[in-house]
Amino acid sequence: MLGPLSELLQHFIIRFLVLGGKCWESCPCSCSVCHFLWRKSSVNQYPWTQNEMFLFRATLAFVMRNHTGGEFGVSDIHVCGETARVSFWFVATWPNTTDLVDQGVVESAVRKMRNRINGAFLLTDQTLEFDGVLPTLAAPVPPDTPPWLIVFGVVMGAVSAGIIILLMYPLVHKKWKKNKKTDDGENEEETRVKTTENGADGIYNMSFSDDERFTKM
Amino acid sequence: MGERKDSGVEERPKWDNKAQYLLTCIGFAVGIGNVWRFPYLCQIYGGGAFLIPYLIALVFEGLPLLYLELAIGQRLRMGSVGVWNSISPLIGGVGIASLLVSFLVGVFYNTILAWVLWYFFHSFQEPLPWSTCPLSENRTGYDVECTKSTPVNYFWYRETLNITPDIEISGSLEWGMVICLASAWCIVYICFIKGLDSMGKAVYVTSTFPYLVLTIFLIRALTLPGATDGLEYLFTPDWETLKNPRVWLDAATQIFFSLSVAFGGLISFSSYNEERNNCERDAVLVGVINSATSLYASIPVFSILGFKANTALNACKEKNVLAMTNYFEFSDQNITLENYDYWYNYLNRTFPEDFSSVPLETCDLQKLLKQSVSGTGLAFIVFTEAVIAMPGSQVWAVLFFVMLFSLGLSSMFGNIEGVLSPLNDLKVVPKWMPKELLTAIVCLIAFLVALIFTLNSGNYWVEVFNSYVGSVPLLIIALFEIIGVIYIRGMKTFSEDIYFMTGRKPNIFWKACWMVISPLMLLVVFIAYVVVQAQTHPTYPAWNPDYEKFPENEVKPYPNWVFAIIILLCVVPVISIPLVALYQLICGRTRRSSARVELNPYSNDAFEIETRERTTCRS
Repeated sequence: MLGPLSELLQHFIIRFLVLGGKCWESCPCSCSVCHFLWRKSSVNQYPWTQNEMFLFRATLAFVMRNHTGGEFGVSDIHVCGETARVSFWFVATWPNTTDLVDQGVVESAVRKMRNRINGAFLLTDQTLEFDGVLPTLAAPVPPDTPPWLIVFGVVMGAVSAGIIILLMYPLVHKKWKKNKKTDDGENEEETRVKTTENGADGIYNMSFSDDERFTKM
Repeated sequence: MGERKDSGVEERPKWDNKAQYLLTCIGFAVGIGNVWRFPYLCQIYGGGAFLIPYLIALVFEGLPLLYLELAIGQRLRMGSVGVWNSISPLIGGVGIASLLVSFLVGVFYNTILAWVLWYFFHSFQEPLPWSTCPLSENRTGYDVECTKSTPVNYFWYRETLNITPDIEISGSLEWGMVICLASAWCIVYICFIKGLDSMGKAVYVTSTFPYLVLTIFLIRALTLPGATDGLEYLFTPDWETLKNPRVWLDAATQIFFSLSVAFGGLISFSSYNEERNNCERDAVLVGVINSATSLYASIPVFSILGFKANTALNACKEKNVLAMTNYFEFSDQNITLENYDYWYNYLNRTFPEDFSSVPLETCDLQKLLKQSVSGTGLAFIVFTEAVIAMPGSQVWAVLFFVMLFSLGLSSMFGNIEGVLSPLNDLKVVPKWMPKELLTAIVCLIAFLVALIFTLNSGNYWVEVFNSYVGSVPLLIIALFEIIGVIYIRGMKTFSEDIYFMTGRKPNIFWKACWMVISPLMLLVVFIAYVVVQAQTHPTYPAWNPDYEKFPENEVKPYPNWVFAIIILLCVVPVISIPLVALYQLICGRTRRSSARVELNPYSNDAFEIETRERTTCRS
């Protein structure tokens, strides 16, 4: 049924199947509730060996111990249906018995200690999947001040400062100049109109300028 | 003493140098539309083939209009209202129409700049806020609306606009958007605070910076994988589209709106020139640079769109690879992107029944490339999505939004000038009011009006304004401008004006265009445009999460009261033309009141020429 298998075992996928019910004796199971987990890609490349399988069973035993308090051992985790994709089914039995642990209990145990399982295999939620056990998503940490407000504050501060400087500078400059020399009514102070200094352009006529000062229109 | 226009020629602001003037005109003409409208038109109308109607429209419609505006402004040395009043008091309404259109366009255009600012402020985060969906309420999954569409769409429609499903539902003010709008108007104000002095300095940056960024993007975009797909798609000419009259109409309207004629801003800008300036060369330069910029901008835009399509294609293929690997239980990395096609066909052949039950998506590059968008969709959805996939996303996002902001800001200068200059001409401004205060008042009023666009339904209103204010009234104004200059002022007088300014009369090409070709083209475009618009009841695409085909936009017709507002927006700016004409006829003043306008004790033409000769003698 499967096509040619690749001899490169650099990448693999671990698939766990938590069974409820006794169909673990015949794998692959045809139970109605099955959980698969597919690994999408591998970053950590280590070959999948029986030692890794042992680690998995040990980790699951540790997880079950933490969750239920029972003295689970490696022998209480049963694995079957292993494929080259590295996906398999597993079930847990209570210590010293052959009673299956309820699916819901196993699921909640896995869910709680997911990061420890991930860490044991140097994998992530995306690369190690427990079918049916959705990872609770990490809540993004909201920063105290949204960063965009900071940028906004910087920009607006600069703009406001610029506006105030541009508005105030001519006034201050004029007042300063006016304090240096006395003249009457050259500029009406209320208007705040400043003469634009257009530079050396325009048509300037010497004889005309004296009239300007005294003749008001 | 010290008043502005009444004192005559010496008091009128002037450009520091020619470069300022040219940069300002180019900045006004080159706007956001060059980046997000032209490439879209180029793409949907058969790539390279679109350039033909575009260039024809440029030569026969765009350049003559541009030359006309620059020449008449430079000769009569007044803002738009003053110019038309000088030509004839009967057509003084054209200036007022320009004023109103400039104001209305400025109001919604700055809202677009506010959106750009919002994205700019949000580009300083890692990861970019539009790259992931937020969590839902109970933290078990992602937000439903976001998963159904995309994170980029969600960020634009929900977190930026918080859009309502219908234009009738106004919602409330979006405070984030209000402060961005306030910032945008403050930035416009600070650039315009000293009138020409400050704006002239600002254009050195705002007009040149976009070219720098476009070049950077060009280099970056061409090195992205998939860029050539996009470029190929853009430039492959499809000569069949030339038979579609819609192509010619869109080319003509694109040139017309792209050059920013009929706003009155260009008339004001050229009126600050010295009298003997070669405006023919300026007009050709501005027109050609505008079109060249459109072309230049379309290259990085389409390279990036090609890159985006390529990325989407790879993502689609990866998903299929995973589905196939999982279903057939291969070992990982057996099927890769390289041998995807081989495996696809092999599995399809060998296990057809199994294969058909594998949940596969169709991955089609052409379909992905065809998802062309223009306008805000291009900038805020497509481009932001592309930027996420580029390494160093924040840098590219910041550069892109600063470029858009510069492009828009330099166009805003023209709009504001088109409002302030006629206000000065109309002499409604009290003498004691300094120009800083007047500018502040205009900006404040515009900001308050633009608060409409910060409501939750604001995006729909921007679309309304964009489609109706910035289209039909401009065509009408331009038509009256040509008629006013060529037929009321007279071709002969105008030729002599040009002779006075440039030293030679306009050649037969310009005359033919002004007298016949351009008015005819404008008339045809106007009628065709109105006919096309009137054929269907106007509709708008609404973002409705409850729509059954969500995330597609739900196409809704405008309700009647909105339709009435649309009619108002088209009519009110141009109603001043007949109203003013009527008013002047009633008052019996049909002769040119040029003597009254130009009368001032400090300047008459003879004096002007004389002193110029004197200064040349002296120097």
